[in-house]
Amino acid sequence: MTLLSIEGVSRKFGDVVALSDVTLDIKAGEFFALLGPSGCGKTTLLRILAGFEWPDRGNVRLDGADLLRQPPHRRPVNLMFQSYALFPHMTVAKNVAYGLEREGLPRAEIKTRVGEVLEKVGLDTMAGRRPAQLSGGQQQRVALARAIVKRPRMLLLDEPLSALDKKVRAEMQLELKRLQHEVGITFVVVTHDQEEAMSLADRIAVMDNGLIEQVDAPIALYDRPRTRFVADFIGANNLFTGTVTAGGFEVPGLGPLPCKTDLPNGIAVLAVRPERVRLGDPGRGAADGTVVDVSFFGGISHIAVDVPGHDRKVLVATQGSARIAPGAAVGLFWNPDDAVLVPA
Amino acid sequence: MSGNLTKASETSRRPPGWGRAAAAVFFLAPGLTALIVLAIVPMILMLTYMFFPRGRFGGVVYEFTLENFARLNDPLYLGVIGDSLVIAGLVTLIALLIGYPTAYAIAQLPPRWKTIALVAIMLPFWTNFLIRIYAWIVLLSGPGLVNDALTGLGLVDEPLELLYNEGTIVLGLVYGYLSLMILPIYSAVEKLDPRLREASANLGASPFRTFLSVTLPLTLPSALIGAVLVFVPSFGNYVVPELLGGGKAIMVGNMIRDQFLKARDWPFGATLALVMIVFTFVLLIAQAVASRRVRNA
Ligand SMILES: Nc1ncnc2c1ncn2[C@@H]1O[C@H](COP(=O)(O)OP(=O)(O)OP(=O)(O)O)[C@@H](O)[C@H]1O
Ligand SMILES: [Mg+2]
Repeated sequence: MTLLSIEGVSRKFGDVVALSDVTLDIKAGEFFALLGPSGCGKTTLLRILAGFEWPDRGNVRLDGADLLRQPPHRRPVNLMFQSYALFPHMTVAKNVAYGLEREGLPRAEIKTRVGEVLEKVGLDTMAGRRPAQLSGGQQQRVALARAIVKRPRMLLLDEPLSALDKKVRAEMQLELKRLQHEVGITFVVVTHDQEEAMSLADRIAVMDNGLIEQVDAPIALYDRPRTRFVADFIGANNLFTGTVTAGGFEVPGLGPLPCKTDLPNGIAVLAVRPERVRLGDPGRGAADGTVVDVSFFGGISHIAVDVPGHDRKVLVATQGSARIAPGAAVGLFWNPDDAVLVPA
Repeated sequence: MSGNLTKASETSRRPPGWGRAAAAVFFLAPGLTALIVLAIVPMILMLTYMFFPRGRFGGVVYEFTLENFARLNDPLYLGVIGDSLVIAGLVTLIALLIGYPTAYAIAQLPPRWKTIALVAIMLPFWTNFLIRIYAWIVLLSGPGLVNDALTGLGLVDEPLELLYNEGTIVLGLVYGYLSLMILPIYSAVEKLDPRLREASANLGASPFRTFLSVTLPLTLPSALIGAVLVFVPSFGNYVVPELLGGGKAIMVGNMIRDQFLKARDWPFGATLALVMIVFTFVLLIAQAVASRRVRNA
């Protein structure tokens, strides 16, 4: 069931296009992530949903009702600000209690809920401190606690975990998933961390320059990017620009490359994930090259291969340590099914 | 090993205190010297006059007495001090009621209009205070502009008695010191992160609640500074009561001036001055305490 539907929302700041005809449907109970480079309009979109920014064009409906007509303080959404926006004159506990006090809940209930949420974010001992007396990561957790304690229909989190270390971040991710499943809150989360988006989100929207490039489940997004930007932005990828012809896909300087051509004739880009590329004897693969660099990352190794006629190094990922040294001549192999062709 | 560690951590500490003290002395010396020589020493000299009887033609006779303090008890003087407190308090209150919304509104203007509004507020300072007060006399006098307008419109039959009462003094003082209220409040509102108000609204607070819980507490310390800046010169003012009060209504400032220049009673003038200084100090302390309270609410 669709909870939030964003239809053709555009927003310009002077010449800067922050959002361009954004259309999205977010389902009730869904964990939805917004991913995209800095300045692509993620915060602007959340601010429109919270009511602090207005679209030049377009509609936003929540449960079928026009959200844009509701004043910010009546919207059943809570936004965690990218800059936290903690009240400097209130203690941590007061900051967190603020939203509950506005609901007019009984004092005792407010106290228990504030205590619970502070414990969940690991700040129960800091309840009496002021924001200025906290570290950046602690402030971020206060902001998170202040947003989630309200248990709204929909939580909008703008980079909620960016300042946390790996361990605390993992704990917070679990807590968010728990809120999604047990309380049934719908999440729209902005993140720069692709792994986080991949592991947490039911669906991810990739944005660039105010445009939605692709909306898909994490695996589909990773395996089947539909635009060049997504192929390049999500994870590591080897991209080859070439032409689709009746005979297949051909790259100038490299010749034909294995793939399934499901695009009309014309310029296109072939994307092959490093872990889909295998090394073999030169002469029989898709292309030949020379190993220039081998780096070991524990579980996997990355091998950079210089292919004459191709300006970017081709990246190959293998399990375990690579039994190959720089300087070796290799051939590159991949399954036609593992290569994705996207419009240029 | 552990000895070495201690040593290392000690050498990495910041330079010893005398370095900072020397810097403080160096930078503070000129200002402090001027303050001590030009303000504090004369003030102490003057205040010592309180303990001596008056000389015949001004000055003092050096015989210790507490007579001057006893005279303070006179209802005449107490009345003037009380009136002055009431007038200054009223001026401060009115300035706050006008100044806060004005400052708030200016801070919301687009940048260019902000500058224009601020210049408009400062502009009167380019003209002498006396001249501006005389301008009020021209406006408010019997045959003045305001009365002309009122009679011309047929709203009143006879020119109103607008000048020379407490109300006129309050008007003049509010007019004179309003900007001292507006500017600190403006700068506080301006500095306020708009996201804080947004966060408040997002958590379900109505605009009024947001004002009470976020905007007001964070700008109140500056409003208190503005209040002191308005109260202190209003309380001790003697130009405005002299000109707009027409000598009928007087304030402490006029009384002190009269003691020194007309009655040639320097000791009692000094005693009255002390009263003012004490009130001012109490006020400053109250302001400091109050703004700390607010900040730690
Ligand atoms: N109030 C504003 N006035 C002018 N330009 C703005 C304003 N808010 C945002 N922009 C511009 O709109 C674009 C999108 O901004 P936005 O804050 O939505 O980016 P973002 O995706 O959240 O970036 P980041 O990941 O760095 O937070 C940017 O180019 C930004 O400079
Ligand atoms: Mg942002």
